[in-house]
Amino acid sequence: MALNNTKALYARRRWRNKVATVLSIGAAGFGLTWLVLILLVLIIKGVGGLSLAVFTEMTPPPGSAGGLLNPIVGSLILTVIAVAIGTPLGILAGTYMAEYGRYSKLTSVVRFINDILLSAPSIVVGLFVYEIMVAQMGHFSAWAGAVALAIIVIPVVVRTTEDMLLLIPNTLREASSALGVPRWLVIRYVAYRAARAGMVTGVLLAIARITGETAPLLFTALNNQFFSWDLNAPMSSLPVVIFQFALSPYDDWQQLAWTGAFLITVAVLGLSILARVLSSKKVAQ
Amino acid sequence: MMDVAVAEGNFAPGHDEAKRARTLRRFRIGDATFKAITQGAAIAVLILLAGVIIALIHGSLPAWKAFGFGFLTSQSWNPVTDKFGALPAIYGTLLTSFIAMLIGVPVSLGIAIFLTEICPQRLRRTIGIAIELLAGIPSIIYGIWGLFVFAPWFQTHVQPFLIDAFAKIPLLNQLFAGPPYGIGLLTAGLILAVMVLPFITSITREVFDTVPPVLKEAAYGVGCTRWEVMKRVVIPYTRVGIIGGVMLGLGRALGETMAVTFVIGNAHRIATSVMAPGTTISASIANEFTEAVGDLYTSSLIALGLILFFITFVVLAFARLMLLRIERKAGK
Repeated sequence: MALNNTKALYARRRWRNKVATVLSIGAAGFGLTWLVLILLVLIIKGVGGLSLAVFTEMTPPPGSAGGLLNPIVGSLILTVIAVAIGTPLGILAGTYMAEYGRYSKLTSVVRFINDILLSAPSIVVGLFVYEIMVAQMGHFSAWAGAVALAIIVIPVVVRTTEDMLLLIPNTLREASSALGVPRWLVIRYVAYRAARAGMVTGVLLAIARITGETAPLLFTALNNQFFSWDLNAPMSSLPVVIFQFALSPYDDWQQLAWTGAFLITVAVLGLSILARVLSSKKVAQ
Repeated sequence: MMDVAVAEGNFAPGHDEAKRARTLRRFRIGDATFKAITQGAAIAVLILLAGVIIALIHGSLPAWKAFGFGFLTSQSWNPVTDKFGALPAIYGTLLTSFIAMLIGVPVSLGIAIFLTEICPQRLRRTIGIAIELLAGIPSIIYGIWGLFVFAPWFQTHVQPFLIDAFAKIPLLNQLFAGPPYGIGLLTAGLILAVMVLPFITSITREVFDTVPPVLKEAAYGVGCTRWEVMKRVVIPYTRVGIIGGVMLGLGRALGETMAVTFVIGNAHRIATSVMAPGTTISASIANEFTEAVGDLYTSSLIALGLILFFITFVVLAFARLMLLRIERKAGK
């Protein structure tokens, strides 16, 4: 009787284990299925619309053919300015947190706030920039869009800079300090150089993050049907054009939206993989 | 040491000493300047957050003045009569995020268990990276995919089936009442579930790795099955971290804009059916902000933004506190 009970219990435990195993394998399969499905559809629909015209022609009026030249250039301009504003600020703040203020109260507060900003809703950033720039200047502009993107860049760069600087062995810093080198030169010539690959990774990840950001651009850079270098005027960008074209009833526009979506995904995945390769090289050293 | 060096130095004292003092002064000033600059940048991050809060409060003042706290409980959203209430948007935000968590959390935990315990070592890295790439896909891609691929499929293959299956069960037939639009709250919740998967998975994986191998080995040693080790050792040990990860995913889901905007249907009303079109805070702002005419309309949308920021701030702060706790535990 007792033996039977033990056997039954053992069988039940093994059965439960099997069920749990199958369920978690199923979960992994489920997650991967989505990734494959999304990429597959993107490739099928996106590659079909890929042609030279996409890169050389402007966005068309409804009902005619055209390309994505102005949104592609617009996205590049906005990204470059956003990175140019956000990266120095992020690196400096990260430097303070890892070097000068490693154990200070300020650092733990900034780290906490930065982590919240890192996952704060990006549309709120758009509202913020609208309030401080668009509403004050009285019109939408590329500058406002770039500032909104820069605000999204900052927390990413702060986080990676701090993490990477903390990885540098203290013996390196102590060795140079013992030679009489002041702190700021130790940071510039020792810490930054040792952490360079990691910091570049952070910037790449930040670029990947803002490449697909739509929400903060909707009411800052707005959109522009024409090619424009004017930073004081609304500027076209890929994500916003995708948003507008995808929701339109015109076939040509919808096709361009898919092509744009494909381009963005390729760019984002390319950047993430590049960042990954860079950071794994760093570990290998 | 330096004094000795000077005393025994081969250089002429007077001239070089002055030079050395100058250099040292330059070093000190440089250091102080650089420290001040970096500290300023760190403080700028704090100012940024304060700025966001102040700007949102300032922008939403007209709406609060006009509607008071009734703004939070009013269901009307009428630009013509200038009557605005946040309840439908808050309801949609919470409901879609709830659906996302309902599906996303168990699946993420399953994937994390699979990756840490079951998966062959060789595949582990590849699948882990694939799941993390899923996190990198911009939300607008989920949106366009959801609208053109998922919603039509869902409309013809799943929704009629759900409506039929629950038609005779009270309460559930209210919840799954037709017609099948394809787009709606349920669709948005499902897309969000896929979006939060990678976030929750990667954090859960990280916290699973903080479990000391000795604990697991001891449990296996007394004859526990893999499931029992997970359920009685790993999950209890990492509970706080898992909660942190889930809250982080929730924060994402609450604030997600583009993926939801495409498939939610943008209807400011509270429907009993989860298949009906609805709206979320972020989708309302994205859809209506540029078209909003009149100060009160704009201000009401900014007030919605403030509510969203407040909700996500609380959720994310809670998530961070939880994750800090497990980091400290792992550090000990």
